[in-house]
Amino acid sequence: MTQPEDKVDRERRSFLGAAAGVGAASIAPGLMLHTLAEAAPRTTPVSDEHRWGMLIDTSKCADGCQACVDACDRENGLNLQAEPLGEDELKWQNQRATWIRKVKLQDNVSGRVTNLPLMCQHCEHPPCVDVCPTGASFKRADGIVMVDRHSCIGCRYCMMACPYKARSFIHEQVEHKLTRAPRGKGCVESCNLCAHRLDDGRFSTACEEACAEEGHQAIIFGDLNDPNGRLRQALAQQPNRQLREELALNTGLRYSGV
Amino acid sequence: MAKAMHHGGLVVIGLVGALLALTAAAEGVGDFVVQSSKAAQSEHCVEPTEFMRRNHMEVIRHQRDTTVYGGIRSTKHSLAGCVQCHVGYDANHQPVPVNADNQFCAKCHHYAAVQLNCFDCHATVPPGEAWNHETTALHGPMDAGGVPQFANVLPAIRQGEGENQ
Repeated sequence: MTQPEDKVDRERRSFLGAAAGVGAASIAPGLMLHTLAEAAPRTTPVSDEHRWGMLIDTSKCADGCQACVDACDRENGLNLQAEPLGEDELKWQNQRATWIRKVKLQDNVSGRVTNLPLMCQHCEHPPCVDVCPTGASFKRADGIVMVDRHSCIGCRYCMMACPYKARSFIHEQVEHKLTRAPRGKGCVESCNLCAHRLDDGRFSTACEEACAEEGHQAIIFGDLNDPNGRLRQALAQQPNRQLREELALNTGLRYSGV
Repeated sequence: MAKAMHHGGLVVIGLVGALLALTAAAEGVGDFVVQSSKAAQSEHCVEPTEFMRRNHMEVIRHQRDTTVYGGIRSTKHSLAGCVQCHVGYDANHQPVPVNADNQFCAKCHHYAAVQLNCFDCHATVPPGEAWNHETTALHGPMDAGGVPQFANVLPAIRQGEGENQ
């Protein structure tokens, strides 16, 4: 039943992709260089040469460990959100923006428990982008799904559309903001794979580093387009899948052990 | 006749006085660079001053799209660059937010009666200073509500090891 819609969607996307390709070729025909090895701030716009993604090995994700969540909070200034005066504590915990959620799954038959961090899955065909009425929700050329908060009107359609409940809404003015993580009342935001790091030539995310520091190494970040890169190597070595793969979103994040 | 000349002289003196007053006022306008900021040491902004006075918003907006969609954060027209250079410091060498009263951004926008809302979302002090703690995350946990201390990281950042955004 969803087939015709699906087809239309793909055609539209491939047209837009082709248009972007023509644009890129005419602007900078000689500038398709490899930039992965450079550890310098980028000077050329991101391209589809890379598609950033992650593999999360849930068998290594420890119960009760919050290292990735805490690291994300620090990296992206989420720990600078202040609870509004007189706000109910439980309500605040539900409302404060959080980019990673630790999720615990239990198989009711076997009793087997699985822990995993759940964040924006950086879909190739992101539903949040499809529904955004202003074009604020967009997919960057390198596969990172982001919100242009200059045009976000805070309608929260994207939060409804996201199958992973990955997005947060900023309900209150945030007094203290980091340069690398602007944050404003009335906008939606979510994990951006530490885009500021990538743009500065640092190819890792805060959550990956924190997980490795804890000795779990459950998160592997890398380039899905690079067949010899660490992510593709890891993906080739162990069975893994996309969450909600029946939605055919082709997520950038893959999970093993679920 | 003499009376008429006398009146004419008074008018001329009055006009000259008014002109002088206007010139004095004009000199005052635009002189909003805070003395304790790095900008006060520079000869001019990233572009000629007259150009920046009229066009800084266009320049910043162009850079904004380049940054959001293209991931280019390091070029000279970034808002972070404005803040880095134009932030003033108090007697304790702590940065004063650029949108605070009498600071660079706020003072001129107040004079021109233009609402400034960049800083509803963007940082008002340079990266690595005061709450804008680029390096504190690496140097230990941050106080929940307080402003962290930066005595040992400030000099390194001032020398330009800050984040390029």
